[in-house]
Amino acid sequence: MAFLNQWAYIGGSIILILIGLFGVLTRRNLIKIVVSIGIMDTGVNLLLVSLGYINGGLAPILTATNPTNNLNFVDPLPQALVLTAIVIGVAILALALSIVIKIYENNNTLQIDELRGLKL
Amino acid sequence: MRFRDYLSLFLVIILGFIIFQAFDGTIDNGLNIKQFGEVNLSERTSIHYINKDVNNESTQIIYNESKNPESGSANYVTSIIANYRALDTLGEITVLFIAAAGLAFVLGDHNKNNAFASDASFIVKIGVKILFPLLFLLGIYIIIHGHLTPGGGFQGGAVIATAILLKFLAYKDYKLNHTGLTILESFAGISFLIIGLIGLYTDGSFLTNFLANGTIGTLFSAGVIPIIYILIGIKVGAELSGIISNLINA
Repeated sequence: MAFLNQWAYIGGSIILILIGLFGVLTRRNLIKIVVSIGIMDTGVNLLLVSLGYINGGLAPILTATNPTNNLNFVDPLPQALVLTAIVIGVAILALALSIVIKIYENNNTLQIDELRGLKL
Repeated sequence: MRFRDYLSLFLVIILGFIIFQAFDGTIDNGLNIKQFGEVNLSERTSIHYINKDVNNESTQIIYNESKNPESGSANYVTSIIANYRALDTLGEITVLFIAAAGLAFVLGDHNKNNAFASDASFIVKIGVKILFPLLFLLGIYIIIHGHLTPGGGFQGGAVIATAILLKFLAYKDYKLNHTGLTILESFAGISFLIIGLIGLYTDGSFLTNFLANGTIGTLFSAGVIPIIYILIGIKVGAELSGIISNLINA
């Protein structure tokens, strides 16, 4: 269990990044490539958040039950960075999907090896 | 599986091993990365955000008692996003704006038909009619309480965009007023800049908090943080709704 506690978050998010990278490298369908990029995005976000975790740490918000700044709060900085990264990830995925839609309208295919100029 | 797949698998595993080495806190790799959960916050920059003493001003922060702390937000993540690192946030909403503008540019005109052939069923339509105002209200609540509770402009804006998406799913002919969305977006973005410039004029640095901070933990506190977060909420909500509308009408 100690191994799991230590590596479930960092190891798991690294594995997510690698699954996404493997998908980008091997899939032929444009939609599947975009989904793989989304998986990589999620993995990076999880990795960043888990770097700021502290054992037994509290959510970094002052409330009536956690009233002072001397308590054991987790690192708020990675959370702030990831918060904006998630929204930007959504926007980037939408932009990628719009390009995929245009490619399908122009070529009637989503397979990258059937697209002209990208033959392998 | 062809040869290329095996090669990709091999490369990915090697890359994974390298990344794993970087984050393995048991190995001294010069990066000073601790084991999971063993982080010592006093060695990091964040301790200054937690204690609100970046300018060496305050020492003890008590919820509902401390008056005029350095950054008045009870939510530390919000105090970083909308105050300490507000310039980063300005850049990030610019990235969001450029992505939304690029999407609208790539997809072209948005007067084509909805992707759905017919309206959703009666039950879905009535359900959306009940859910839409509640979801919209929840989004506004999350935005306004961004400096007190988990949430804020980005999350609340996403919730509002979800409400708009429900409308699109239920009604085949639902259309958004893109001119109004553009005006909302531009208003929010320009107001963000103007708030930054007012801070530059009064206190000598861009995006400084120029209002009184008040008592930490009350709704009307934290100076410009709620105003900035409301503007971010408007901008994110309008932009994500525009993205949804453009993608559905593509």
